[in-house]
Amino acid sequence: MADKLIPTPSQTVGPFFHVGLARPEWSDLTAGNPQGERIAIEGRVVDGDGAAVPDALIELWQANTAGRYNHPDDTQQDKAIDPGFRGYGRSATDFEGKYRFVTIKPGPVPGRSNALQAPHVNLAVFARGMLKQLYTRLYFVEDPANQNDPLLSAIDDAAARKTLIATRGAGGAYHFDIVLQGDGETVFLDI
Amino acid sequence: MTGQLSQDGNTAMEMKGLDYARPREGTQPPTLYPDYASTVKRAPHRAPVRFDHTLSEVTGPGFADGWAGPDNADLTTRHAGQPLGERIIVAGRVLDEDGRPVPGTLVELWQCNSAGRYHHPIDQHDAPLDPNFTGVGQVVSGTDGSWRFVTIKPGAYPWRNQPNAWRPAHIHFGIFGPGFITRVVTQMYFPGDPLLALDPIYQSTADTAARERLIADYDPNLSEAEWALGYRWDIVLRGRAATPIEAG
Repeated sequence: MADKLIPTPSQTVGPFFHVGLARPEWSDLTAGNPQGERIAIEGRVVDGDGAAVPDALIELWQANTAGRYNHPDDTQQDKAIDPGFRGYGRSATDFEGKYRFVTIKPGPVPGRSNALQAPHVNLAVFARGMLKQLYTRLYFVEDPANQNDPLLSAIDDAAARKTLIATRGAGGAYHFDIVLQGDGETVFLDI
Repeated sequence: MTGQLSQDGNTAMEMKGLDYARPREGTQPPTLYPDYASTVKRAPHRAPVRFDHTLSEVTGPGFADGWAGPDNADLTTRHAGQPLGERIIVAGRVLDEDGRPVPGTLVELWQCNSAGRYHHPIDQHDAPLDPNFTGVGQVVSGTDGSWRFVTIKPGAYPWRNQPNAWRPAHIHFGIFGPGFITRVVTQMYFPGDPLLALDPIYQSTADTAARERLIADYDPNLSEAEWALGYRWDIVLRGRAATPIEAG
């Protein structure tokens, strides 16, 4: 077997990433009129001082309403791909550290060993001052499937687990703050 | 404290062969690197939770159908006049760890102008903007993983990380690859730049061979006579843990 190549290291997106990466239209995943329950996801990104992070970029990847990813590695035969739904989004934070997506609620997707994962969206956070992206997941507050989700179940500390669960605000939007450091620090994932 | 999912010896059929390899120690930067001062308040204190990959990690957005919009491979022809600076061709391939091409993936690029200033409202560096240069491009990689841009060589610019700090000339690149897990945003540097030794962002990757992957090679075969200098730079993404078996 030949030696493996070393992957290219990550480097920070820096303070000026908007030049190349800001695509405001990509924060709305419903432009193709997908099936499923329309939802909004919004929140703030804050640093270890609780200060707004105005130069972060959030990327989102999720399954469709049936729980199928629009990707060749997802070979679930009993769920259809929705041609109106890509499942990918991008939102840059504003000067108050706020981001926002409009999307649909994903269905549950299979985990390992026949476990079912509760509906969730996958998030990657990029920012000045971050040499590589941080991965996390957003789960939905009222979903009974959260009880049996393998990842949530593996997080023993209830307060930490709670950081992965979006609450529902007065306006109906799901609210999910991303705390990079310190009190209420979001659980990040080593994938 | 957060827990950790145990390694599962009984992998479900649907994940067989889909897991990705983990980066070797030191081949990626840490989250906290105090020489890069902005990491100090933005790096998590808790260790991330490690778990076995699922479909959520190994799948990711596809771009082969042009969803991200038309290619924009020549940054020197976007305006009425030509940008100032040294015209360059930057080209390479997107590969995985096994050296296999990654086709149909989005390669995004952005950079400052030849004077070291970004076309961005918060960049207040006392250097001129170039009305003929925005500094943004994108292409979808070809069937052999190849991509190619025409641009101008970006300038160095000062920043306030440490006294008299200057960023080495660099071009920002964002690449997706086949899964959300392979996503990488990085920077390409130029060979022989004396600022590299002093730059904490470049130096943040401990492994020398990994770090040097960030530096392009001057390639006389890529240069075009009396027109542009050529720099070659391959981008290597995370690959599968199991070496794929070639069909046929």
